[in-house]
This record gives sequence, C-alpha cells and structure tokens, in this order.
Amino acid sequence: MATLHTRHTARLMLSPAVIMLLAWMLIPLGMTLYFSLLRYNLLMPGTETFDGLENYVYFVTDPAFGAAIANTLLLVGGTLLITVVGGTFLAILLDQPFFGQGIVRLLTISPFFIMPTVSALVWKNMLMHPANGVFAWLATSLGFQPIDWLADAPLFSIILIVSWGWLPFATLIILTALQSLDSEQKEAAEIDGAGPVSIFFFITLPHLSRALTVVVLIETIFLLSVFAEILVTTNGGPGTASTNLTFLVFAQALLNYDAGAAAAGGIIAVILANIVAVFLIRMIGKNLEA
Amino acid sequence: MARAVTTQRKLVFTAIGWLIGILLFFPIFWTILTSFKTESEAIATPPSLLFFDWTLENYIEVNTRSDYLKHALNSVIIAFGSSLLGLLIAIPAAWSMAFSPSRHTKNVLMWMLSTKMLPPVGVLVPIYLLFRNTGLLDTLVGLVIVLMLINLPIIIWMLYTYFREIPGDILEAARMDGASLSREIVYILAPMATPGIASTLLLNIILAWNEAFWSLNLTAADAAPLTAFIASYSSPEGLFWAKLSAASTLAIAPILVLGWFSQKQLVRGLTFGAVK
Repeated sequence: MATLHTRHTARLMLSPAVIMLLAWMLIPLGMTLYFSLLRYNLLMPGTETFDGLENYVYFVTDPAFGAAIANTLLLVGGTLLITVVGGTFLAILLDQPFFGQGIVRLLTISPFFIMPTVSALVWKNMLMHPANGVFAWLATSLGFQPIDWLADAPLFSIILIVSWGWLPFATLIILTALQSLDSEQKEAAEIDGAGPVSIFFFITLPHLSRALTVVVLIETIFLLSVFAEILVTTNGGPGTASTNLTFLVFAQALLNYDAGAAAAGGIIAVILANIVAVFLIRMIGKNLEA
Repeated sequence: MARAVTTQRKLVFTAIGWLIGILLFFPIFWTILTSFKTESEAIATPPSLLFFDWTLENYIEVNTRSDYLKHALNSVIIAFGSSLLGLLIAIPAAWSMAFSPSRHTKNVLMWMLSTKMLPPVGVLVPIYLLFRNTGLLDTLVGLVIVLMLINLPIIIWMLYTYFREIPGDILEAARMDGASLSREIVYILAPMATPGIASTLLLNIILAWNEAFWSLNLTAADAAPLTAFIASYSSPEGLFWAKLSAASTLAIAPILVLGWFSQKQLVRGLTFGAVK
C-alpha cells in the first residue's frame, strides 16, 4: 500500500521536525566545540584567539571542577537513592486498598508539578530557615538546636529539595508497573507458603526491574542538569560546596564571562550525559521492537 | 475471621497512607496557608496553623506592585505557544512514522530521543550569544522557540506511541471503500487521534510552564515567565514570605490541577512509552 507517492508525502511530513532538531543539535553543539578551543571573553568581543586545548586544561585543573564533579555525582546518587527506595515503598503502599486512596495519591504526586524555583524558595525560607522555619521550630520544641540547613549542609539540603520533587515521578512509574503485575502469580506463591518479604524479592522486584531501570536512567538525565534549585538557594556556595557541573558552567559563562572555559565545561557535561544516554536509548530501543 | 483481618489491615494502611500523603503535601499546604497571613504572622514562632487573621492583602499587593499579571501572561503565552507550535510540527512527523514507517523510522526516533539527552549547559554559550546577537534575548518569541525545540522529541514520541495504537486496517478499509485522504483524516483519524493529541498537549503545557533553566538564562524583566519571576524573591532584601507565598500559590495552582488530571500521560510521556 505504501506507494511511491505516500512514501514521498511521509518524508515531507517528517522533514520539518528532523531539520529543526538537527539544526538545534548540530549548530549550537558545533559552536560550543569551536568556542571551547578559543580564548574568548564575553566582555572583550573581537579579541578571540585560538587557544588549543588550554580551556580544557584550565577548566579541569580548576579546584572547583573536582568539587563540581563530586557534587554532581552526590546530587544524582543521593536523589536517586531517596527517590527509588522511597518511590518503591510508596508505590507498594499506594497499591494496597485503603480509605481515601485516590486523594492520598493526588497529595503524593503533587510535588512533581511545583516549578523548581517555587519549591526551592519555599523550602529555603519557610521550612529550612534557621530562625523562622518550620524545621527550626520543630527542633526547638523537641529540645534540639536548630540547624542552618543551607549553610551547614548545603548539598544535602538541595538533595532533599530535589528529591521531594522527583519522588512522585518514581512513585508513579513504579506504581504503573506494579499494577501490571499478575496477581495470580502472587496468590500462587502465597498458597505455596511464601511470606511478604520473599514475595517482594522474588516476584515483585524482578517484575519492577524494567521500570526501576527506566526511572534511574531518566532521573539521571534530568538530575545531571539541576540548576534552578541551586541558583535560588545557595548560589553554588558556600564556596563551591553546592556547585554542580551545570552550575559551574553557568558561572563561568554568565558570571565570569569566560565563554571559552564555559564551552569546554559544556562539552565535558555533554560527554558525561552521553554515557548515561547510551544505556537509556538502548533500553528504550529494545522496547520499540517488542 | 479473614474479613476482620483485612479490615484491620485496611485501617493500618489508611493511617500510614494519609500520614505520608500529608507529609509530602505539607510544603504546598504551608505555602497556600502562609499566603493568607500577614507578613509578621508568616514568620511568627510558634507558627499559627489556622487561628490567625486571614487576609487577601498579599494577593492584592502581589498583583498591583510587581507586574505579576504580566509575568503570568508570559507563562501562558510561552507554555501554550511552545506546546501548540510543537504539535504543529510533531503531528505530521509522528503520523508519517506511525503509518508509513520505513526502515529508518526506528533510527530516526532514537536519534530524536538522543537530542533530549543533550544537557542544556552544553549549548548555553552559543544559544546565549545567538540570542544576544539577534535581539531574541528576553523576548517571548525566543523562549517559545527554545522550549518548543527542547520538548519536541517528547511530543513526537508521545504522539507516535498514541498513533501506533490506531489500527492501520481501518485506514486500509476506508481506502478500499474509496475514501479520499481528506475524508480519511476528518472522519477516521481525527476522532481516534484527538485524545492522544490532547494528552500530549496537556503534558507539554505542564513541562513548559515549569521549565526553569532556559527561562532563567534567556529572560529578564520583559519576557520572564513565572519560574524566573519567582526567583527574584530570592534576593535577601527582607522576609516577604507572605507575598512570596501568594505569588507562588498563584503560579502553581493552575498547573497543579492540570497535573492531577495527567497522571497516566505523565508516565507515558516521560518514559518515552517504555512504561505504560
């Protein structure tokens, strides 16, 4: 049925999207690669000179780079730990019948829809503020010394804020996968005398493995680029205590005006993200054939 | 006996479920509550829960003093503009891949997905400079284009997974009966594709509304959507929590309600159809 005519039309229908995405990917990425080889200060346009790999050397040997890589990994790893473990627990809970399940489900997924600047500011001011925040009030009422969260544990605080937003995402996806679990299999295991723990580890968890992998990979892609939460709470500080790679590149480009070094950092971020992307794309591709 | 156990079990899960649900929702609840307090009550310790003088003063002040409406309008234009423009480009693309697949279709889809994996900082410098040199910095048009492009892969993927569920046999049958392409679209495809298109639109409005990276970096006073406007409350010039809360409540309320309706689409859209 696919005549030459329809095949031609199909290609025509597809081309605007392909051309736009190609332009969006190739032109700026090519420019970044080019800038990364230049000595290029945004305040002195017209003075760019070829600089070889100097920007990469400068960016990588900057002490902030090591800190940023460590912070990026901690931020991604910490958030993944909280959201995947918490999300599995929550999904299993929401899968049980109880009164008001629908409402609780809405309450639980709500944080995902809060824009990052709002959630960061609400946590920073109204919850984590060392004098007037809810946490400080709770601590003093229980007889503890209140913690200045964002000053004393900046990265951990940001992990908490980001996890709050992503927990619903993990929960929803795991719940969706859970609901496709064949209940007969569980009943058969119960009849055979399996307890809830062994049912979880031998039936539920293997069934969830695919959904869990998808959650980990997709969250990683987004978490590598956490930015707004850092900008409005700590501005990367104190020092570089909460600077991740994304924030470091932003600071080099728009605060230090060093376009060359920022571009080199951008390329490094692209390489880092690609390592994850390869796995994710392979997984989703497999699904496409099924 | 068995019945009693299940009721008891149900009550336990009810207690745990509600406790966790309320804890997770608390920051949102607290923001909404604080938006009705006066500034001094907003920072009072111990915090007042319900017994305070409820006031609408913050909402009035946010609207009159800070150009709130302009930024809200920017958000609406950017979210709807980028989503509708994205649909316009994505519908034909997804359609052709779903109904006339070639041996390259899978690779094209995978490649589109890979563009979504590009971290925004990888292209921050050139996009910023291109925008500055073409006068697109701090304009609605500029942000609409960028947000359309970053969400285009998700739109195409979501539509593709919906379109693929439309049985191709129906089209064949219609063609056999002599239906023209336009009739095919109006009478058969449009009614079957509309729910999928609507879901895609909904999810993308949510994503565009909450986008922060490009909104913060490419806009200033003129074109800033709410995500960027709210960030201006982070400057430490005093504790204006009640006003921050009022502005935040207005910014999150519409999208929160939309989000509640989009649970299923969210899973499908954000996992690129890998989990349904």
